[in-house]
Amino acid sequence: MATDTEVLVLGGGSTGCGIARDLAMRGLEVTLVERGNLTDGTTGRMHGLLHSGGRYAVSDQASATECIEENEILREIAGHCVEETGGLFVQRPEDADDYFREKLEGCRDCGIPARVLSGREAREVEPYLADDVKRAIEVPDAAVDPFRLCVANAVDAENHGTRIETHAEVIDLLRDGDDIYGVEVRHDSGPGKRAHGVAGTTEEITADYVVNATGAWAGQIAALADLEIAVRPSKGVMTIMNVRQVDTVINRCRPKGDADIVVPHETTAILGTTDEEVSDPDDYPEEEWEVDEMIDTLSELVPILEEARTIRSFWGVRPLYEPPGTGTQDPTDITRDFFLLDHAERDGVSGLSSIVGGKLTTYRAMAEEISDHVCEKLGVTASCATADEPLPGSENIEALEAGMDDFGLRSPVARRSKQRLGSRAREVLETDAPNPVVCQCEGVTRAEIRDAIADSGSDLNAVRIRTRASMGNCQGGFCCGTMASELHPEYDEATVRSALDELVQERWKGQRHALWGEQLSQAMLNYALHATTMNRDRDPAGEEDASLEYDAFDGGRPAAEPRTDGGKHGRNASRDRGDH
Amino acid sequence: MRVEIGVTTEMAIEDDVLVVGGGLAGAMAALSAADANDDARVRLVTYKQSTLRQASGLIDILGYTPAGEGPLVDPFDALESLPTGHPYERVGSEAVRDALAFFDEIAGDAYAGGHTNANALVPTHGGTVKPTARYPASTAAGLASDDRDALLVGFETLPDFDAPLAAAHLEAAGVPFDARGVTVPFPGIVRDDAKVTRYAHLLDRDETVTTGAGETGAREALATTVRDHLEDESRVGFPAVLGDDDADGVRAELADTLEVDVFEVPMGPPSLPGIRLEELLYGALEDAGVRVTSGVPVVDYETGANGSDEHIDHVVVDRNGTEIPHRADQYVLATGGLVGKGVRSERDRVFEPIFDCHVPHTPDRYDWFVDDVFGDQPYARFGLAPDRELRPVDATDEPEFVNLRAAGAVLGGYDYAAEKSGAGVSIATGYVAGKRAAEVVDR
Repeated sequence: MATDTEVLVLGGGSTGCGIARDLAMRGLEVTLVERGNLTDGTTGRMHGLLHSGGRYAVSDQASATECIEENEILREIAGHCVEETGGLFVQRPEDADDYFREKLEGCRDCGIPARVLSGREAREVEPYLADDVKRAIEVPDAAVDPFRLCVANAVDAENHGTRIETHAEVIDLLRDGDDIYGVEVRHDSGPGKRAHGVAGTTEEITADYVVNATGAWAGQIAALADLEIAVRPSKGVMTIMNVRQVDTVINRCRPKGDADIVVPHETTAILGTTDEEVSDPDDYPEEEWEVDEMIDTLSELVPILEEARTIRSFWGVRPLYEPPGTGTQDPTDITRDFFLLDHAERDGVSGLSSIVGGKLTTYRAMAEEISDHVCEKLGVTASCATADEPLPGSENIEALEAGMDDFGLRSPVARRSKQRLGSRAREVLETDAPNPVVCQCEGVTRAEIRDAIADSGSDLNAVRIRTRASMGNCQGGFCCGTMASELHPEYDEATVRSALDELVQERWKGQRHALWGEQLSQAMLNYALHATTMNRDRDPAGEEDASLEYDAFDGGRPAAEPRTDGGKHGRNASRDRGDH
Repeated sequence: MRVEIGVTTEMAIEDDVLVVGGGLAGAMAALSAADANDDARVRLVTYKQSTLRQASGLIDILGYTPAGEGPLVDPFDALESLPTGHPYERVGSEAVRDALAFFDEIAGDAYAGGHTNANALVPTHGGTVKPTARYPASTAAGLASDDRDALLVGFETLPDFDAPLAAAHLEAAGVPFDARGVTVPFPGIVRDDAKVTRYAHLLDRDETVTTGAGETGAREALATTVRDHLEDESRVGFPAVLGDDDADGVRAELADTLEVDVFEVPMGPPSLPGIRLEELLYGALEDAGVRVTSGVPVVDYETGANGSDEHIDHVVVDRNGTEIPHRADQYVLATGGLVGKGVRSERDRVFEPIFDCHVPHTPDRYDWFVDDVFGDQPYARFGLAPDRELRPVDATDEPEFVNLRAAGAVLGGYDYAAEKSGAGVSIATGYVAGKRAAEVVDR
């Protein structure tokens, strides 16, 4: 079975979804395929910083300028994904004055609003900064929810007719001589909403043009058509704290180094990061020293981090790239700029371009440039509208904030729900049906969970990234089962059970890196709730042969005589059996 | 941490046996100490709410062997072949039976299961079944080995129990009856986020509620709501919110009105069966003359009464900032495991915070877990290693103190979640620690 489309985008991260939205808004017919869930690659594994550009103001001014431009655009078109936290570049006594001055000048050169604060002023903004912090530069850094942003792009692409196919791994590039004309995908057998494909089947999708937006995986895709892209994937750790020790993005003001940023994110703060080249973006060591370094080094800036509770750590892989022959040794020195590789010019193979490098803050600009390129190839003249058209959820945010409607929810839950849903809040939360809270840590109600299920199907990790349910302190210990229940009866019991297992295992994966102190106690409580109270670890329904001999176990105190009447009339007999 | 404290002007409070910790193990230790020695003054000090409120209220002894075999029909058979160091191995299988008999005496009609050695399989709110030796009377009509068809009733404002899903899950688990689930509104619940205790109190007090049928008592209104959904089933299961103070009365009235047996399905925290068990135990403590001092943490201790640093002279509790010494002849440590904070950890160590007793563990925290969430988790076995007297031992297998015993989840060497042995170990070790402490009291 082959299906055909105009443009086929490979990769469901911010770049791929951004391209799909851009092209769809220009009127093209687009199909996007993603191996796992949206954001599963690098997008869902970043620190959530919306760059002001300050970070690159000394080393890479072109990137810095682009960052501040895009930063300002995203505040407009994606307001419900952005928290305007502001940011500080903080200088400790041992950090060089020269660099501080270069940073300040660089910001001004690039049009990044920047203001110097004394140590005392900086501590007034962020009381937990170390006593010996010397001074700081204030810049318009912000926090962005990469899941919400990416999903909003995907939703809007779908609204413009795009087919988004998750859990569809590219297993071959279709090549005829020197032309790429499509891909073959395999639909996965895991739980998920598959509107088009059937689990376990393969499908050929042909297209006029194919865009390889798979980031760190771009080399693997290109290799399917015997093309070579020397992506240099680089891993970095992010460690999540259970509360926001800071409400402003805190950067260390020094040239480069690991563990130099703290980003407030929803109820948490995220510490980052390391920068280590890896050979395989799917298989690399997640190491203890990296977590320790986050805590130990960032405690120099924010001392209470030393004793604070972390709830999990995760790693992301940067899709770094540099043109052949550049020869940079240290991955921290590789440019963060992106590259559009037109394989027709580069390799003499038409029908395919690949995008590598880049960063989330500039995803929209990258998507615009690539979409321009695709349109040129296809002879389409429509121009880009993504800088002006708000994403779904970000229309008329001011009107929403002005409204006092709490949709019958307790106000902390209502506030957080409205922040997540933006202008979709009314559509999702206004219901006559009971709407209890499902995830207490993050204040997520049944209506929001069901809305996410309607969008993403039975994959609870897809529900999680849309709602933040199970992403708080308990890491799903209390709410995973309840989230799963919301899948029933639309999905059958076996599907619900496997979706729950998958979510629980995913939540465990990140917690392993936070297992000491309060979080180890939490892990034991979660284990007890699931294994002791529910016996989920030895569920007879999960056994291969469900041949449990119920007869051998206690069936209750023997009744005076067996019941034969269905219980409607034999009250006395029934009381003997049960209530004693 | 053997810190000399300053001279205090507070007079020490004197007891014979001092139990630290107010959960199942601590309560059992205090009760068994009082039972073993009529003359002994027994005191229990407790700090925070016990983890009983988080527990299902089921009294499991052993559902699976440490190797994962099970569910075991007879938990007592398997007790004979547990590995050295397992708390049950330490106290011996006879003591486990004695302890359970002691519990049965205390629990009376509130618990069932004592008529057989076989485990019962109790439906859980996740739809699985769990092996357990004793179960609250409120769950008795719900056993999975009972072949009568069952209707499960969930409430639309209580998302922790999805009755249709639980029913489907039970059938997938192969239970010998037809299970069906319905979801209904709970009469009188007006807020979507009401606490489970609100449901219980509505029924306890039989508050007047308004439904489509007019004003009635909450019990009748609930029965009326359910009756419309009842078909041929002779038993009906509810999430465990059917009353607190008058749970038996609520259940009986629902059963009478509906003319079926009524049972509860144990739930997660806050758990009413757990709360009811706690109330039962504290009533028994009062009856037994045990002095209970609650809301105070033990913050320190001092050795040396008999010229020995192996003998605890007194512990110090913090009462609103005032340090009060408590002296006893014998001490029982029942402060819980990682959940109850009787065992704590930092990035590079696991420790017991009051007496700094030795907790066997590897120093590298990446060796504390395995990658499968339900795999053989080393952290689940963290806790003190006791000798056969239940005295915690140091790294050289010598008792840390001559007059300190430990009971319950503060002990290590077993995975209560995988084995389904948490309540049983607390009862058995609490019983033995309290009894031995009282027997050797020097007076």
